[in-house]
Amino acid sequence: MTARHIKHRNSVLWLAAMAHRISGLALAIFLPLHFLALGLAIDGEARLETFLRWSDQPLVKFAEGGLVFLLTVHLLGGLRVLVIENFDWRDGQKQIATVAAALSAIIAFVFLVRVF
Amino acid sequence: MNVRLYIWQRSTAAVMAPLVLVHIAVIFYATRQGMTAADILARTHGSVVWAAFYGLFVAAASIHASIGIRNILSEWSPLTERRAGQFAIGFGLLLAALGLRAVAAVVLS
Amino acid sequence: MTGTSAELSVSLWRGAQDGRYETYAVPQRESQTVLDVVTFVQRHIDPTLSYRFACRVGVCGSCAMTVNGRPRWTCRTHVSKVADGGRIEIGPLENLPVIKDLTTDMQVFFEKWQEAKGVFAPSQTRQDPIAQIRPDTPVRAAADAAIECINCGVCYAACDTVRWNSDYLGPAALTRAWTLVNDERDAGNTARLQAVAASGGCHACHSHQSCQELCPQTLNPTASIAGLKRRTAAAYLKGEIKPEIKP
Repeated sequence: MTARHIKHRNSVLWLAAMAHRISGLALAIFLPLHFLALGLAIDGEARLETFLRWSDQPLVKFAEGGLVFLLTVHLLGGLRVLVIENFDWRDGQKQIATVAAALSAIIAFVFLVRVF
Repeated sequence: MNVRLYIWQRSTAAVMAPLVLVHIAVIFYATRQGMTAADILARTHGSVVWAAFYGLFVAAASIHASIGIRNILSEWSPLTERRAGQFAIGFGLLLAALGLRAVAAVVLS
Repeated sequence: MTGTSAELSVSLWRGAQDGRYETYAVPQRESQTVLDVVTFVQRHIDPTLSYRFACRVGVCGSCAMTVNGRPRWTCRTHVSKVADGGRIEIGPLENLPVIKDLTTDMQVFFEKWQEAKGVFAPSQTRQDPIAQIRPDTPVRAAADAAIECINCGVCYAACDTVRWNSDYLGPAALTRAWTLVNDERDAGNTARLQAVAASGGCHACHSHQSCQELCPQTLNPTASIAGLKRRTAAAYLKGEIKPEIKP
């Protein structure tokens, strides 16, 4: 057994950094699939239309809500980094990070409400 | 990660921030309207604006995602930094190729 | 004395990189610090326990250990604040090789200090008049805000990027480099910016801010490193530095 036991990772800002990384990884995996789906239009609109109608299923719509959430989380997490690195240090970062998380959830929720 | 990769990653991030906001608005609009493929393609076909917008988005995203993947691989996988860099470049090229193909698919008749 | 018979259950890391936690019963006392607890074990229970301390009063940084999962100065950590239902787990600092029990080998920490060029490079000699440095200029204020590092290693132990990236110079070395970048008397900034702009330099930092959360001197390495990112990016774009960039 090795002496490993770190507990400070429940800081909101550490979680913000981790959410930014994980959402980025998930989006990177999703993106080629997204491009392939859009590329269906090369063969004319019929193939793309078939795909769009397939994606009308509730489970897919739910997954799309998840993707909107990931995109917003990644955007806001990235803004956190850009602000820290390019502007003066500010206090209240933990509160801002919590608000950003809530905002991402709200935007994804609004998306789901509109598509269902 | 070094200063050169850093500059590329942060600058593509800054470029994409407003593009992502527009994209989210597009997503909300298209899904609310329940647009069909024909509706979408009617708007994008022959559009220089959409070609430029999404062409830029694809270019920036390919570079940004590539560097991000490189970081994750070099920190979380047993790959050396050199190997992680090679994989990341390959991934970036794949994204750029598929992405530009998708843009062409919706813009060119 | 109120003479409480309360006892603490104290788990201490014994061994080197491989080892195990061993548990000891230590009498609880008023105003006890974690260092007091470790000292009690070594003096009254097991003299073979190895640990470091020096000043005992929170000015030297020698007694840093991992206490219930967080790296902290044991002489400045009251048992009453961390004892989780009468239990404490104490291990050596993370991210450093373990020599024995609670002592770590800090050589690589100081080697990275050198690699980051965290060393003053004089621009004048003793024959020259003393440099007049005003304390209220922005650069001196920036340096002073980061200067009180006593190399305790808490930030290095807390940093996940250090854990994941063996090249990463770490928050302490980079903070010292930042103070020197802001030192008007220093003549070594080209080499220094080059050193921190290379692989494993300041750009590897992801702003997790564990360093800033845990620094016992309330320093802010995240902010110092952000400053280095700005300075190196500007210097690179102007062609002033050409850091070695491995493929």
